[in-house]
Amino acid sequence: MIWTTILMAFREIKRNPMRSSLTMLGIIIGVASVIIMVALGRGAAFKITSDISSMGTNLLIATPGSERHGPTASAAQPFKQDDVRIMLRELGSVAEVAPAGSLGALLVNGNLNWSSTVTGSTNAYFQIRAFSFELGERFSDAQLQSGAAVCVLGATVRTKLFGTQNPIGSSIRIAKVNCAVVGVTRPKGQSSFGMDQDDFVLVPLATFQRRITGSTDVGVIFLSAHDGKQISKVKSQVAALLRERRRIAPGAMPDFNVQSMEEITATLGTVTNALIALLGAIAAVSLLVGGIGIMNIMLVSVTERTREIGIRLSIGARGREVLFQFLVEAMALSGLGGIMGILLGLLVSYVAARLMHLPFSLVPDMVVISFLFSASVGIIFGYLPARKASRLNPIEALRHE
Amino acid sequence: MSPKATALVELQDLTKIYGSGESEVRALAGVSFRIDPGEFVAVMGASGSGKSTCLNMLGCLDSATSGRYLFCGLDVGTLSIDQLALLRRNYLGFVFQGYNLLARTSALENVELPLVYRRVPAAERQQSAIQALQDVGLGDRMHHVPSELSGGQQQRVAIARAIVTSPQMLLADEPTGNLDSARKVEIMKLLQKLNQDRKITIVMVTHETDMAAFATRTLHFKDGLIERDLVSEKVSA
Ligand SMILES: Nc1ncnc2c1ncn2[C@@H]1O[C@H](COP(=O)(O)OP(=O)(O)OP(=O)(O)O)[C@@H](O)[C@H]1O
Ligand SMILES: [Mg+2]
Repeated sequence: MIWTTILMAFREIKRNPMRSSLTMLGIIIGVASVIIMVALGRGAAFKITSDISSMGTNLLIATPGSERHGPTASAAQPFKQDDVRIMLRELGSVAEVAPAGSLGALLVNGNLNWSSTVTGSTNAYFQIRAFSFELGERFSDAQLQSGAAVCVLGATVRTKLFGTQNPIGSSIRIAKVNCAVVGVTRPKGQSSFGMDQDDFVLVPLATFQRRITGSTDVGVIFLSAHDGKQISKVKSQVAALLRERRRIAPGAMPDFNVQSMEEITATLGTVTNALIALLGAIAAVSLLVGGIGIMNIMLVSVTERTREIGIRLSIGARGREVLFQFLVEAMALSGLGGIMGILLGLLVSYVAARLMHLPFSLVPDMVVISFLFSASVGIIFGYLPARKASRLNPIEALRHE
Repeated sequence: MSPKATALVELQDLTKIYGSGESEVRALAGVSFRIDPGEFVAVMGASGSGKSTCLNMLGCLDSATSGRYLFCGLDVGTLSIDQLALLRRNYLGFVFQGYNLLARTSALENVELPLVYRRVPAAERQQSAIQALQDVGLGDRMHHVPSELSGGQQQRVAIARAIVTSPQMLLADEPTGNLDSARKVEIMKLLQKLNQDRKITIVMVTHETDMAAFATRTLHFKDGLIERDLVSEKVSA
């Protein structure tokens, strides 16, 4: 009898292709959209965090300006060259220190130009930011000391200005200064938010200060710690030293800011969590809409189905036998729709992740949650009206309008 | 045993009232009669006189407002919903005035349905259903769905569905209403044969004296009451 009933349920599904496919569609859309949204959200979040940690987990960044006013608050005095020297001498836990400043600039090679960022720093910058060389080499000590007109190109700048040609020995114009290219760094690739880490040109700090900005101020100090695990200790040492150098009274707000990469990651983490929550909310809405769709179809078909129930009861079916058939039908439709939704969701999120250069993330929890939700909507709304009808006497069920 | 104990059906002052207050309709206003096994009863009367209502009661499809209905001595009013379903399944066959076939379901599957609930194995089920459809002259329309069948053909599918189980009692609400006169006689002869050979008790609503003439007894309804109860002296053949 169980098999016969299951067979009957499947025949009933086949007999009503419209009703069946609309019910399944509601479930497919609901499940697939949740999987796609959450998978992409998590993929993006994962990419952001992994990009940032690829910049180096033992990296510290010191910027003038208090945290309250933001790092670019003009009132704060910039760092001095001496700050860097003393940091290197006094803090044993610090491995490298790279003072830096940067500015947007138009780069020109012959009739090709490209607008990018010019950064003035030392060779330590390559170390700290983990850039290796594809062509040529870093600056010589003499070039750094004298502020020679030389530069190292990021991979993007190299392609924009030289294509596949070897740029070593050629020179480019950076904000009206002609600089000889001495090196090209190996590409790191696209970073999160479409930020290109290879879109830069580096000149010696002295060159930057004397020839480009005309000021000896240091805008940013990059530091790397010997031991990534000690990062917070190193951070407070750096902060203490800078407080002393800048004569900040104990207890007063510092007019500078030292951040570890970890903190930046954490800050971004809250942003990406908000992103995930937003996508999740959108997905929840589509799940709900899918659920309402299922509900609609089920409720609309109640009249017709109540008559069917009346007929079955009148020829001797017991209420529970009719109900079992309806339950099998609802479960088969919901289950099938759910599985199709999962497959569609995984497929679309995989393709979309590839297209958007995001890592593809499986979201097993969402697969389960969305499947359970849609399936229960399908089952509840396929089953409950049937349950009501199966308790009527046959004549009442047959007269149902 | 007294003849009373052997009655297949016994109605005692049965009433059925639809609605209440102003709009109250007494479809059955206190009906009492008994039917013995093997009878072939025709039910006649004007439209709205309560024939279908009475047949629904006999078919255990609807509950009475008051009075008693004994089926084989069993008080139907005391049975649970499930017990009523089993009673319909195992002892009764019903032909509705409006056919009530499952939509989008072939004639064959419609006729098989009562056997499904009787747990008859598939092969045997199909064989019986084909036989029943051939009995009503629909051997060539088995795989058509109701929307592809004429009114008379649907009516015959409904008859086949009711007789396929060889029920103890067959209840038919105007089973020949939509048929031509040749077909009518054919169906009446089939019912008569079932009644005589398989000893199936039949209660049939009809408007036509010609059809009632095949029965062994005629109940006349008027305004929810039995006006006349006649045993035929001569039965058509
Ligand atoms: N569900 C219902 N609600 C209210 N009144 C009803 C209902 N069913 C039947 N009636 C009323 O009960 C009375 C008897 O109806 P019934 O269907 O038994 O008549 P009938 O003798 O079968 O008529 P016909 O020959 O036209 O089929 C009628 O007056 C009808 O209006
Ligand atoms: Mg009637």
